[in-house]
Amino acid sequence: MSQVTEYSDKVIDHFMNPRNVGEIENASGVGTVGNAKCGDIMRMYLDVDDNGVIRDCKFKTFGCGAAVATSSMATEMVIGKTVQEAMKVTNKAVMEALDGLPKVKIHCSLLAEEAIHAALWDYAKSHNIEIEGLKEPVNDIDETEEFYKMEEE
Amino acid sequence: MAETKMIYLDNAATTKVKPEVFAAMKPYLEEQYGNPSSAYAFSGRIAQKVDESRKIIADFLGAKPNEIYFTGGGSESDNWTLKGIADAYKSKGNHIITTKIEHHAILHTGEYLEKHGCEVTYLNVDGDGKIDLKELEAAIRPETILISIMFANNEIGTIEPIKEIGRIAHEHGVLFHTDAVQAFGHVDIKVDELNIDLLSASGHKLNAPKGVGFLYIRKGIKIEPLIHGGAQERGKRAGTTNAAGIIAIGEAVRIASETLKERADYEIKLRDHLIERVLAEIPYCRLNGHRTDRLPNNTNFCFRFIEGESLLILLDKAGICGSSGSACTSGSLDPSHVLLAIGLPHEIAHGSLRLTLSEETTMEEIDYTVDKLKFIVERLRSMSPLYEDFVKKQGAKA
Repeated sequence: MSQVTEYSDKVIDHFMNPRNVGEIENASGVGTVGNAKCGDIMRMYLDVDDNGVIRDCKFKTFGCGAAVATSSMATEMVIGKTVQEAMKVTNKAVMEALDGLPKVKIHCSLLAEEAIHAALWDYAKSHNIEIEGLKEPVNDIDETEEFYKMEEE
Repeated sequence: MAETKMIYLDNAATTKVKPEVFAAMKPYLEEQYGNPSSAYAFSGRIAQKVDESRKIIADFLGAKPNEIYFTGGGSESDNWTLKGIADAYKSKGNHIITTKIEHHAILHTGEYLEKHGCEVTYLNVDGDGKIDLKELEAAIRPETILISIMFANNEIGTIEPIKEIGRIAHEHGVLFHTDAVQAFGHVDIKVDELNIDLLSASGHKLNAPKGVGFLYIRKGIKIEPLIHGGAQERGKRAGTTNAAGIIAIGEAVRIASETLKERADYEIKLRDHLIERVLAEIPYCRLNGHRTDRLPNNTNFCFRFIEGESLLILLDKAGICGSSGSACTSGSLDPSHVLLAIGLPHEIAHGSLRLTLSEETTMEEIDYTVDKLKFIVERLRSMSPLYEDFVKKQGAKA
């Protein structure tokens, strides 16, 4: 299976030229989702103004081409929206905006949605507000640190 | 999608058909198209040519021509061995020993046989991918009929202690098969010296076309056919003889027999240069597989904090073809079973890269690849949350 030929041009574009990569210092909300075991981890940073509008959004992603592209697209889609509106940036919406994803990569778009939700949750919790429809995210710990400790010994 | 020049570093996946090999097979696709099994002289000459190939391969292995059975490739040879031996020796026993790092042609056939009354032991390997001979010996039971252990691993290139495995097998009266698909023609193999009873090989890993391979079966060994039908291959493997393919693999082996050492020395020089540069210039990376007991053309690395498919796409955009054991490239959710078997955590196994060279690879290509690789790894790390956390932790420690 060739990854390069199966991705849409938009996916390749967002992978090759990802938008909004990076960190936001003193972010209003940060969310990390995914599982190193499956090979995808996404982190989203939100900068939300006093009116609840997302001024900026940045991401960092460990994962395949689709994971990077969905993160990139998701950041573009939430910037300028209110936190409530950002809930509408679903995996389906991200996938459509990218002109689709290969079947085996659909979970990547799900991860993008989860990353947004995790960052929103973090924001909502620290600002003591409630966002309709938002649930607490689940997270995973990995085994890698232990492996390297073992190798060093 | 590749740019103007392409650097092909995936020779473990498949190789280019050599011009000499293509020239040797071409007449047998065009003018000499007869069925070698037919009675007339037109076909008889082709049958002779097929037997010449058989002899070239037999000589190369130190075997006899009537011990070489042509097949459709490595997977067929592996399937045939396991199923055909299990069937032929079922009165003796139903136990097969293999390893956790075999090619899926062995592993999935083993799983299939487990559903049909066989018991299969999958041996562990150490951090370099080598089996433990004591564990092997301890696994042998009275009902063990076959030990099947690959000559060299297709992902990490580690060469197994074949001679000792064969010795242990024979001391216990057990047959020894080796899947030599990656090693055949790249390292010297003499079946008697190495105590090998059956050996699988494939043409397209050695500059012959896809769709042709063979199984070496030591004389006196019983085996049931896998493909039933006509009387080709002395009644053991039915199907119209793939004359052109067989003539091609014969020519490829003839060339290999003359150039093996020279080719291996050259590839080892490039391989070691690639390994040394990558390990010296890219931080947080490791070489997978044994440092010296490895195929001349194989390198396999893990780069921490990044994922293999991303790496492959960016390499492809730079004109470099490689492969990865990441889940995303295998079409499953798990990364390579080989990398997990050598003890790597999932996350690190996802960041693997296999680059396999050929005798046509140049030092310039290797240097260009390392330069690009450094840049790409850095770029992917700069967007990796795992790297971000790692750097912050390091900072906190200091």
